[in-house]
Amino acid sequence: MTTSSPIEQAGGATATYVDKRLGSNKFLSRNLAKVFPDHWSFMLGEIALYSFIVVLLTGVFLTLFFKPSMLEVVYDGSYVPLQGVKMSEAYASSLDISFDVRGGLLLRQMHHWGALIFVAAMAVHMFRVFFTGAFRKPREFNWLIGVGLTVLALGAGFSGYSLPDDLLSGTGLQIARGIMQATPVIGTWMAFLLFGGEFPGTSFIPMLYSVHILLIPGLILALVTVHLMLVWVQKHTQFPGPGRTNDNVVGYPLMPVYMAKAGGFFFVVFGIIALIGGLVTINPIWVFGPFTPDQVSAGSQPDWYIGFLDGALRIMPNWETVIFGWTISWNIMIPAMIMPGILFTAIALYPFIESWVTGDKREHNLLDRPRNAPTRTGIGVMSIVFYCLLWVGGANDIIAVAFDLSINAITWFLRVAIFVLPPIAFVVTKRACLGLQRRDREKLLHGFESGRVLRLPHGEFIEVHQPLSPKDLAVITSKTDIVPLPAPERTDADGVRNKLYRIQALRHRLSTFFYGDNVPKPSAAEIEAGQHHAAHDAAIEAPLHDYEDADQIHTFHGGVLHHPGMEETNAQQIADRSHD
Amino acid sequence: MTDLSPHQPPAPPGSIPHADVEHRLRVTDTDPKTAKRAERQVASMFLLSVLFTILFVVSYIGIDKTATIYIPVMGEVGALQIALGFTLGAAIFLIGAGAIQWAKKLMPDVEVVQQRHDQVSPEADTLDAAGQYERGKEESGFARYRMIRRTLIAAMALFPIPLVIMLRDLWVPTPDEVGKSPADILSTTLWHDGLRIVSDGTYRPVRPEDLPVGGLISGVPADLLEVEEIQGNLNARGKAAIILIRMDPADIRSQQGDGWDYQGILAFSKICTHVGCPIALYEQRTHHLLCPCHQSTFDLADSGEVVFGPAARRMPQLPIGVDEEGFIVARSDFAEPIGPSFWERG
Amino acid sequence: MKFLAARRRSPIVASALLIGALAVVGLGYAAVGSVQPAQAAVGTETQVEAGRQLYLEGCSSCHGLEAQGTGNAPTLVGVGAAAVSFQVGTGRMPLAAPGAQAPGNMPTYTDEEVAALAAYIATLAPGPAIPSAEQLDYADADIALGGELFRINCAQCHQAAGQGGALTQGKYAPNLMESTPQHIYEAMLTGPQSMPVFSDAQLTVEDKQAIIAYVRTLQTEASPGGLTLGKFGPVTEGVFLATAAFGALIAAAVWIGIKAR
Repeated sequence: MTTSSPIEQAGGATATYVDKRLGSNKFLSRNLAKVFPDHWSFMLGEIALYSFIVVLLTGVFLTLFFKPSMLEVVYDGSYVPLQGVKMSEAYASSLDISFDVRGGLLLRQMHHWGALIFVAAMAVHMFRVFFTGAFRKPREFNWLIGVGLTVLALGAGFSGYSLPDDLLSGTGLQIARGIMQATPVIGTWMAFLLFGGEFPGTSFIPMLYSVHILLIPGLILALVTVHLMLVWVQKHTQFPGPGRTNDNVVGYPLMPVYMAKAGGFFFVVFGIIALIGGLVTINPIWVFGPFTPDQVSAGSQPDWYIGFLDGALRIMPNWETVIFGWTISWNIMIPAMIMPGILFTAIALYPFIESWVTGDKREHNLLDRPRNAPTRTGIGVMSIVFYCLLWVGGANDIIAVAFDLSINAITWFLRVAIFVLPPIAFVVTKRACLGLQRRDREKLLHGFESGRVLRLPHGEFIEVHQPLSPKDLAVITSKTDIVPLPAPERTDADGVRNKLYRIQALRHRLSTFFYGDNVPKPSAAEIEAGQHHAAHDAAIEAPLHDYEDADQIHTFHGGVLHHPGMEETNAQQIADRSHD
Repeated sequence: MTDLSPHQPPAPPGSIPHADVEHRLRVTDTDPKTAKRAERQVASMFLLSVLFTILFVVSYIGIDKTATIYIPVMGEVGALQIALGFTLGAAIFLIGAGAIQWAKKLMPDVEVVQQRHDQVSPEADTLDAAGQYERGKEESGFARYRMIRRTLIAAMALFPIPLVIMLRDLWVPTPDEVGKSPADILSTTLWHDGLRIVSDGTYRPVRPEDLPVGGLISGVPADLLEVEEIQGNLNARGKAAIILIRMDPADIRSQQGDGWDYQGILAFSKICTHVGCPIALYEQRTHHLLCPCHQSTFDLADSGEVVFGPAARRMPQLPIGVDEEGFIVARSDFAEPIGPSFWERG
Repeated sequence: MKFLAARRRSPIVASALLIGALAVVGLGYAAVGSVQPAQAAVGTETQVEAGRQLYLEGCSSCHGLEAQGTGNAPTLVGVGAAAVSFQVGTGRMPLAAPGAQAPGNMPTYTDEEVAALAAYIATLAPGPAIPSAEQLDYADADIALGGELFRINCAQCHQAAGQGGALTQGKYAPNLMESTPQHIYEAMLTGPQSMPVFSDAQLTVEDKQAIIAYVRTLQTEASPGGLTLGKFGPVTEGVFLATAAFGALIAAAVWIGIKAR
């Protein structure tokens, strides 16, 4: 054995051994220092990832004890009020996990809480990505994968909710069967094949089990892997700030800071889920009793993420038509199939719709402030209001009891509100965003109002305007003014009819709807003048305080005015758009 | 802007350019005592984690699984569950908290910068890829061999059929079901003329005098317990479950059939016509029946018609009478399919 | 006692004393309550007369001088002593204010007065009597059977854990967590307000005892999984998730994002 080269020594024995087989050092050299921007809202996706891992780990444990069988047994475990009761093996083994496997209840509760957190974290992560415009080019594919993951997570959650075969989960399946049966043409056959005949049958829980522990988690794992690889390859977006441009990424290196923070956060999320799973009851299956199709409990609800579907079913009017002897159940199809279909399709296609409407085809690595995209922000808030109203519908009986209201009144309120409140939310949000834009413009033109009033030697009163801090200036000037697409001509200069007129006119209208109201950012010269004026104010006041501060303000404001985003002119943008 | 970092990294290998951002020194950067304290803080978190893991094992062995403990706010709770949950949670949480504290206090907090590049490939690569593709297409002859192309498409289109066909036997009809479509099966229940109604749970037959005005009984067919299904009798139960109610005959405004009641006793299906939840929320004053799942409300004094909610169809009524021994019996099966609507229902 | 005397002013001790006093009163009440039915079932003449007086003063303005009912309230002829004991004993009657339904409340009448009223109403026409002590003795009842009967007959309105649920137009099935065995029995027997009647022929005394035993289990059993969140099911779990659970996770994320000083 010859002595190793200095390079090999530097690499270390193990790394060298692996590198000679995999060429891994090239990867390490490129990626150990990979920079990740730091912001609390970038952790939301991590919460989803980590809670998924917790759910996988606890789920593996549960499979060791759970029996996915609908065969009837007589319970003889240690929970007295159910001893001697006939039930399915699935429910009996869930009770055993809860009462006779030490730590079993803890892991079952961690699994369930973890699943709720998983879906919630995905939803909130999606809000963050939506409102900051992080889905824009080049990240549209990752948005699509995210939407796919959300749908899979709903499936994972519902299939898990249905497995213990207690009265609550069975009621959920009974409703699912009813919805399935309402599908035109193939409904009854679909229900009979999936349930192996009549409801409840004996085959659905075993089938659901393999979907829940194999199919869906496998797909989620595959998609999560691609999702993370794309984040890695495309690098994370960042919020605007000093030194941050569309072409760089500012943050902390993977090794060691990000590794410690992200790795540490995994344990924090894991620990919080364990604490909640240990201290807070979720789904006390023993109080619901075994499932039979002729019993029900008041207040039967799905877990939160299915609540919007249940709410839609509740507030839907009872429309059904019979045509040529065929029954079409609008009262089920609209809330349970058509509405969620449209909702998720719209979510999936949103990045493409927005880019088509606005004609914006540039790469975006610097995040939007929600106020700078008022229409998008309005659409987002509108959708959330819509979703939350359905959610209220899903809990209307609990709300009625808790607040002494009538379920009929709540249902009627929602039947109206679902059409009225979301548009109001849109208008209010858009107005609020435009108001914030105007305030930003004021800040750029006059600095921020310090609230201090000075009397000048000649008797004039002024309010001191301070120049913005470098951070504020960078953040506010990160706004890029986008001009709505121009109105098309019906005929061109030679009098030839414009065949694309209608579609172009539509785009013009939508684009105006998107950007027409935006408050234009002041020009670089105006900003300089404004900040200079503010600095002047501060300088007037300076003698009363100290000179050093005033000096500092001057130097900062010189440095920041050359923010890269600011040089972009509207003409250049339009050129970019026509180019793509 | 000047970089104020105290640790100016050495030469090229392993270095990253610092971002053009103002950087403030932390107390731990300037005060060795504070840095030492932070170090001890992190180490003690890891040490506590070790302690909690040990406590977990001790709890697992030492606490009986049926033991309970009173905890303020929570009330009487399972002692083992609380002990395991708290120790496990604390042990894991502290590892994370320690690591994060380590990163925040002791690892460098200078922001660094990397350049991004557009995702688009260099032109040469694009041209080469296009060339490769064209060459491959040409060499395969996909465009030339029309017969191969078409037969391949046909083969590819057909080969999934076996996979779909094999799903058919997810439902293997029972001997009773052979030759019937799902819609046929959904349209019949166990009920027939002369079959006694028994009270669910106690399986006692019911006499009219057992049921006072304002009364409610969840009923099932008398022969339900003889039904042998692999999971008990849940399929039959899910279709045959009924409720028996009694109201002042003067309150009955209409029925689904003439004289389907017996002295004010009415029998209705228990399965909601919306999506199939069992319903027995019967308000004896209003004669309304409310579904707890989606709040469809049926007026049982008025043929079970829908008065509120998403259900489109009335609740099917079961005609009843009394047999020679004086017990309540069904007089036929339901006249219409019970439960949720389906395509073939009409 | 010196210890207590020295610290009587401290709020903790004060509340402890208060709780102790309440417990004594409550136990006494429970003891009296369980003796009550035997007396009420008999109904001496003086008791009936006292009940009539109470009726005329407190009830007749709505239910009519002969308890025949008026436009405002139903007849009480034939409702039986059990109905009076339930309605007045749970404070539902006299009605505090008109509403979708009469809510349970602090009883207005003492146990003796309730017994007298019940005895008087029982003389008007035969009706369900107040259950006897033997009827209420659920010590040997079959809890598992009680659970099944509860899920078949009660859970659809009162919820599987007895937490209550919504009915139509603002009416509701009340929470059962504070209900006494006697009141549970009487409610089944008489079907107060929206609730259907479950006669002794349909649910026998043993069945009712089993149901009471199960409800008592629901009231008293320890929570194996920790904090119960009210046992309302997924809605309160969702609220906890959105507030406390997610609050903790976001707080951790923000903590990571904040620069150390």
